[in-house]
Amino acid sequence: MEKATDLLSSSQSFFSLKSLKLKTKQQELLLRISILGLVYILAFITRLFSVLRYESMIHEFDPYFNYRTTLYLTQKGFYEFWNWFDSESWYPLGRIIGGTLYPGLMVTAAFIYWILRFLRFAVHIREVCVLTAPFFASNTTLVAYFFGKELWDTGAGLVAAALIAICPGYISRSVAGSYDNEGVAIFALLLTFYLFVKAVKTGSLAWSLGSALGYFYMVSAWGGYVFIINLIPLYVLVLLVVGRYSMRLYVAYNCMYILGMLLAMQIRFVGFQHVQSGEHMAAMGVFFLMQVFYFLDWVKHLLNDQKLFQAFLRITLTCAISVGVIALGVGTASGYISPWTGRFYSLLDPTYAKDHIPIIASVSEHQPTAWSSFMFDFHILLILFPAGLYFCFKRLSDATIFIVMYGLTSMYFAGVMVRLILVATPAVCLISAIAVSATIKNLSLLVRAKTKPTQAGSGKGTTSTKASSKGALDQSLPYQKNGAIALLVGAFYLLTRYAIHCTWVTSEAYSSPSIVLAARGAHGNRVIFDDYREAYFWLRQNTPQDAKVMSWWDYGYQITAMGNRTVIVDNNTWNNTHIATVGRAMSSYEDEAYEIMRSLDVDYVLVVFGGVTGYSSDDINKFLWMVRIGGGVFPVIKEPDYLVNGEYRVDKGAAPKMLNCLMYKLSYYRFGELTTEYGQPPGYDRARGVEIGNKDIKLEYLEEAFTTSNWIVRIYKVKAPKNRW
Amino acid sequence: MSRALAILSLLLLAVLGNAFSPENPTDRKILVLLDDLSIKSSHSLYFQSLQTRGFDLDFKLADDPKIALQRYGQYLYDALILFSPSIDSLGGSLNAASILDFVDSGHDLILAADASASDLIREIATECGVDFDEDQSAMVIDHTSFAVSDTEGDHTLIAGDDFIQSDVILGKEKIKAPVLFKGIGHSVNPANSLVLKVLSASPSAYSANPKSKLSTPPTLTGSAISLVSVVQARNNARVLISGSLSMFSNRFFRSGVQKAGSTINHEKSGNEQFVTEISKWVFHERGHLKAVNVRHHKVGEADEPSIYRINDDLEYSLEIYEWSGTSWEPYVADDVQVQFYMMSPYVLKTMSTDQKGVYYTSFKVPDVYGVFQFKVEYEKLGVTSLSLAKQIPVRPFRHNEYERFITAAFPYYGASFSMMGGFFLFSLVYLYHK
Repeated sequence: MEKATDLLSSSQSFFSLKSLKLKTKQQELLLRISILGLVYILAFITRLFSVLRYESMIHEFDPYFNYRTTLYLTQKGFYEFWNWFDSESWYPLGRIIGGTLYPGLMVTAAFIYWILRFLRFAVHIREVCVLTAPFFASNTTLVAYFFGKELWDTGAGLVAAALIAICPGYISRSVAGSYDNEGVAIFALLLTFYLFVKAVKTGSLAWSLGSALGYFYMVSAWGGYVFIINLIPLYVLVLLVVGRYSMRLYVAYNCMYILGMLLAMQIRFVGFQHVQSGEHMAAMGVFFLMQVFYFLDWVKHLLNDQKLFQAFLRITLTCAISVGVIALGVGTASGYISPWTGRFYSLLDPTYAKDHIPIIASVSEHQPTAWSSFMFDFHILLILFPAGLYFCFKRLSDATIFIVMYGLTSMYFAGVMVRLILVATPAVCLISAIAVSATIKNLSLLVRAKTKPTQAGSGKGTTSTKASSKGALDQSLPYQKNGAIALLVGAFYLLTRYAIHCTWVTSEAYSSPSIVLAARGAHGNRVIFDDYREAYFWLRQNTPQDAKVMSWWDYGYQITAMGNRTVIVDNNTWNNTHIATVGRAMSSYEDEAYEIMRSLDVDYVLVVFGGVTGYSSDDINKFLWMVRIGGGVFPVIKEPDYLVNGEYRVDKGAAPKMLNCLMYKLSYYRFGELTTEYGQPPGYDRARGVEIGNKDIKLEYLEEAFTTSNWIVRIYKVKAPKNRW
Repeated sequence: MSRALAILSLLLLAVLGNAFSPENPTDRKILVLLDDLSIKSSHSLYFQSLQTRGFDLDFKLADDPKIALQRYGQYLYDALILFSPSIDSLGGSLNAASILDFVDSGHDLILAADASASDLIREIATECGVDFDEDQSAMVIDHTSFAVSDTEGDHTLIAGDDFIQSDVILGKEKIKAPVLFKGIGHSVNPANSLVLKVLSASPSAYSANPKSKLSTPPTLTGSAISLVSVVQARNNARVLISGSLSMFSNRFFRSGVQKAGSTINHEKSGNEQFVTEISKWVFHERGHLKAVNVRHHKVGEADEPSIYRINDDLEYSLEIYEWSGTSWEPYVADDVQVQFYMMSPYVLKTMSTDQKGVYYTSFKVPDVYGVFQFKVEYEKLGVTSLSLAKQIPVRPFRHNEYERFITAAFPYYGASFSMMGGFFLFSLVYLYHK
């Protein structure tokens, strides 16, 4: 954090050094490289809080799947990985892993691992996985630097690198241990955008090819590539509309689109989607539009007759548009072009998922973003962002138009879904960096203009005419030097606050692995709840090798990765019916649930319960989603049965079905005997702050097999059918 | 993994069937609990028939404080004969629960009740799916198919001949004469699918107190009344429940029988044959199957794969033997089926047999991937149920297992190669023509 401020101040000092004519270039280069180097290191080490606080471990849910697949990749090689049919998840359906994942992350980690191995570094693959995201975050700062340089100037680039290095919006997904697709995808995203902007600027095939390769890497890493394949056509369309069409754009887009599409088709999970799915049609439409544009340009050049050309234009446009519309209509009607997916709809219409796809709406990171989390993740960038937009509009170019569009669209998406703050972060950082850099540059010019008035004119170089004219204008104002100094100090104060805020957020909020929980004890000491791993280890050690574990899908990846047992459903929510079946079992009475569990060959049931520790994201709090998802497929499950006057409760006033459903019974079995808090009756649920309504729970078809030390994970064994009946 | 599975399922079988060594399933050591020792002599013919078949009988009084079914966690007996209908509480640590545990761990039980049946006996029977008439003084009365005797009597001595149609339970030979029965009737619980009526009462029978007048219609009537029932539990433990202890007695064994309304006077009642045959079944001398050597492999290969691919052709075989009392004989049947099962059977095939115990079939793995099971669910009246499930995943094609060049795609190949050639020519012309 201290370093961040240093960086900013040193980026400031580099402007003052510019006035020294002697060896300016070398000094500037040296400064730039050392600042970048420091930012690079800073981006890496600020993400190591989680390792220091806890240990070098994989976080959350999805990363466990990624870790498991990476392990498989390094052990069995690429072809086995590519063809992997996993019989341990989604029992009994199984899952073709090779064809249903984005392999970019795993291949990247495995590649790093193999390189390290080749260099004779005996590292464990887990360490590589843990540190992949910080490593790529560091690389992202470099890309941000070059992008900023492309958009504005080197100063903006350096500020952008420094801002993105510690921006909480990005850190939330890239701390050490957060081994998820987004970790490398943001790097790929920014790289693709940078190379594309560069290609548009230069009109060079090479940059365009680079952009296509960046896009390929992005496609291989994350489903968020859809954002690229829609944003770039939108950008091209805007350029066409505002009359900025050029040969450079034509070359850049066509090369990037065609090569990017062909490359993306090599990813099995994506396959022919680029030509078959509704989400990718915009890119194709713009591609054809560009050809029409080019053709018209050529005809215009040939005809040299304004009137004739107007007529021709009308006919061609009518034909082109009708052919496009007919092709789209026929394609959609015949089912060749798949309609938009629910995920895509829910992005455009934030209320869509809530009404139609409970399984998307049930994920906390898919919720619409609260204002506070914008503030939390962006801090001062939120204020600097509009200022940056102002600067961008003031110096409009192909590149700034792009960053403005990127910033605005991604901000919208960030408002729709919490997790998409991540996508907006680079844009926000870049635009804010422009604001910071331009403001500080102007201010420092003012300050210097006063102290050394003769040098203002001689220091031509990169100082824009705009800035000097502004300086000339300001010279008439009183106290301008003092005002500039005050503003500079204010800017530094703000940036310092930003650095402090980022460090605090990183250390307090975003470095928790969520698989190990930490709480403050009564005396302010840290209490660690390691119940998840305790339970998974128990499963691994005490259950038969082929035992099937039923749990809500959140824990599926962890059970397979850590417990090494077959699960019924997991976090890859590809089969809604299967998840609904589990939801139905959880929300049914015990005897009905038993039938379902028998039909799925379930041996163990795992529930997460926070009533003893006050851990609020447990299965009882998720239970309504199970009911909704189960009820979405099986209408026998009705949500009102579990509510009392539209209220969800677990105490004495709870609905009778609620008090006797499997989830309630499994969560609160024997809980009625336990006193959790001094001065409260036994069976006091600390997560919900109520005394439970059904303390006398008898299990007929299941038996308690294991409960972790803090009761967070409870495992039950499904009994065999009765012997004599 | 599948090998581990196989071992596991074998172990499981062994655990389930630990009443007997898997190699020799017939019970050896039997505990006989009696109300009083006079039963030992009054029912000596039955006990002798058991002893001559090689069983080791241990007679104890039911309230003997020293009786124990198990010691150090090991069961001391393979089977239990409970000829103590009136006992209220058993001696030692025995109670209804421990007897049911005995059954649930794979041991056999013969339970005979009487008009004086105690709550304990009734409770054990109820737990096995058999409900004796709740009226403590009721007996089965039949005014049309009673056994003709010298005195008119109250028609509680019944000549039952409504046997279950099963060679396995009652032996190949037909029961020659009606069976004499005097005792209480029971009904089988419809919720229990494992209990079978072996000897049912005639349609004219009913259960009531013979000494008092009928004031209300009897709850148990007609052929719903079962006189003798058997249960084969899921772990193949076998239980025989009879409403009459005297059915096993020497007196009934020896006496002749003439069914009312029938002119045939049998010299000897069917009791001895009936009771002997059914105890052969209960003590696993008959109808006990074992399945071994479950094998599956691809056609043309011998080793068992750990995973199949869709559309593989595979062969599945197993051997089924039946215990004849002294040795394992090949089991011959034409109705053994195997399922290839994932939530529902995708393949259901009746297996061929070579008449020497080997059952085999071959089929194509369906065009669906997932975790399948080879399932043999063989449940036939009387014989031990075979329930074999073996998990096997089925994977889709690998990326290089698809056909490489297909005729239908020749236009596509043509298009790409002509495109390449065309591009090359165009480049040449464009670059060097001017």
